[in-house]
Amino acid sequence: MADVLIYLETAHGADGAVLKKPAAEVATAGRAIADALGGRLVALVTGGAAPEGVLGRHGVDHVYTVDGEAFGRHLLAPQAAALQAAIAATEPRAVVMAASVLGKELGAFVAGRLGWALMSDVVQTAVDGDRLTAVKPKYAGKALARLAAAGPAVISLRPNAVQPQESPREPATEALEVDAGAARVRLREVVAAGEKKLELTEADTIVAGGRGLGTPENWTLITDLAAVLGAANGASRAVVDAGWRPHAEQVGQTGKTVSPKLYVAAGISGAIQHLAGMSSSKVIVAVNKDAEAPIFKVADYGIVGDVNEVLPMLTEAARAFLAG
Amino acid sequence: MKIIVCIKRVVDTETRVKIGPDGKGIDLGGVQFATAPYDEMAVEKAIQLRDGAGEGSVTVVTVGPAAATKELRTALAMGADEALHAVCEDALGPHATTTALQGAIAGREYDLLLCGKQATDEDDAAIGPMLAAALDIPCVAFAHGLAIEDGKAVVEREIDGETEILEVDLPAVVTAQKGLAEPRYPGLKGIMAAKKKPLAGVDLVTGDDPTELVGLDLPPERGEMVQIEPTADGMRSLLESLRNEKKVL
Ligand SMILES: Cc1cc2nc3c(=O)[nH]c(=O)nc-3n(C[C@H](O)[C@H](O)[C@H](O)COP(=O)(O)OP(=O)(O)OC[C@H]3O[C@@H](n4cnc5c(N)ncnc54)[C@H](O)[C@@H]3O)c2cc1C
Ligand SMILES: Nc1ncnc2c1ncn2[C@@H]1O[C@H](COP(=O)(O)O)[C@@H](O)[C@H]1O
Repeated sequence: MADVLIYLETAHGADGAVLKKPAAEVATAGRAIADALGGRLVALVTGGAAPEGVLGRHGVDHVYTVDGEAFGRHLLAPQAAALQAAIAATEPRAVVMAASVLGKELGAFVAGRLGWALMSDVVQTAVDGDRLTAVKPKYAGKALARLAAAGPAVISLRPNAVQPQESPREPATEALEVDAGAARVRLREVVAAGEKKLELTEADTIVAGGRGLGTPENWTLITDLAAVLGAANGASRAVVDAGWRPHAEQVGQTGKTVSPKLYVAAGISGAIQHLAGMSSSKVIVAVNKDAEAPIFKVADYGIVGDVNEVLPMLTEAARAFLAG
Repeated sequence: MKIIVCIKRVVDTETRVKIGPDGKGIDLGGVQFATAPYDEMAVEKAIQLRDGAGEGSVTVVTVGPAAATKELRTALAMGADEALHAVCEDALGPHATTTALQGAIAGREYDLLLCGKQATDEDDAAIGPMLAAALDIPCVAFAHGLAIEDGKAVVEREIDGETEILEVDLPAVVTAQKGLAEPRYPGLKGIMAAKKKPLAGVDLVTGDDPTELVGLDLPPERGEMVQIEPTADGMRSLLESLRNEKKVL
């Protein structure tokens, strides 16, 4: 009961299965807990992603793989069966996964199954004496709850909350045989959204636009800057509701919660429900023509000006700066 | 089509949070309450599915304070048929909430159990999947599409920019993501009708919760804002600060 088990999610691209970006963050958080408990860090990888690289580099001692078609997608039941098998094999004190769509669902489900403490969407983890502790945003980030568990816990870790650290070792890999059970949920179809986009919640940099862009055609001001910065696109609810942008891009209380390193908000007023989704970003740059806009209350850098002038200028300057 | 929807009374999204005297919850003085936004979407979807099927019922259930009858009445005014209320003045952890909800709906038949993807106070996104685990039924969380075809649910959800279309055996738990349905405003007719609809108190089933809430804090203040001139020089100095001071470029 001193080991830590991490569940690492797999993405499926043109070049086969790969570990998703938060893997290094989850491994880093898991390593720190394992060190504090004096245990091993064990990883579970389902669906055939190559376990090399990330795992050894970020401190994994042992790897379980679960392969087979049933484990290749984001279906809860087979992933839960795989995770429960790995838990039975490891008997860990903590299970850590990314707080992604699947991670939050899987974490809650397995915590429910096992009767373990659940710490969902946490931004910090620690060991305090014989207790596991964590900090998680509540009320859309307007407050931070301190949680503790005297017994075993399932923890989902918000992407971008932990800085990956290296702790190299050479893990052994072992395949687990798991029965996926009866498929009560079946995948009919996957509809790809054009070219593969960076998942908003995992992006390091986000360029987000609001109603201040004026027209949907003006959205190229956002995508041009995003392209130069290698950023994902975000949107306020006003422009999602207006049909300019898809729901998947909405940031805020009824959209996605993001914590990138850099968040650029252009033509966004900064309503409390928008701030709820992005105020934990490391650095916030705001562009708004109204010097009184509430977005400036959370911004680290503020540019009072018209997006039609400022964004092209910033895009040009960034292109030159990043090339030079 | 019998549908149960779990709804929670939460502080309004406009609320400016202050920490309460016990250091574990927020100061509720002068705070407005509302049904959690995703729960409203789930209620709307349930009503649409019932009306689309031309038969069945929508039951809303809450575990919450006596004052939460207001949110239950609102759901009835939107078009739900019946409400169940397990009165509980305390904030519960995820396991205890799941136990209480399971207790509140015990013995009832349903084809679908809908939740919001997350309650906007706890932000756990946990109760839907935990209920599915407790009831041993399938679960799809974060659904932005839901239809009934040939006695099965067809659920859509987005992961990494891809939409997965899933076929789900019933009964099942589905949790509502934005896009599932746009909640209606209850009209006067609905509000009047709601007064005559059944709203029943049910026993609160209590259980332990291994997740301990130690305390609640306000997030750290952000530093002073640096004003950048909207000029080419301004942009350059911004980019230099982002790289050299903040190390985010
Ligand atoms: C229950 C609930 C949930 C909600 N959830 C969300 C959510 O998840 N996400 C979200 O974003 N909102 C959410 N909202 C809505 C929120 O309250 C605001 O209405 C919304 O964020 C406003 O979007 P906006 O800033 O793009 O538009 P506006 O408020 O219209 O602001 C536009 C801004 O652009 C500026 N501007 C205009 N023209 C220019 C120009 N040429 N150059 C520069 N600046 C310009 C203006 O000064 C203004 O500040 C929610 C609301 C409720 C009630
Ligand atoms: N006390 C409660 N009463 C009724 N439903 C609840 C309660 N708590 C949570 N839920 C449901 O579970 C969902 C997820 O809540 P949470 O896991 O707390 O984020 C909510 O959107 C509701 O649908």
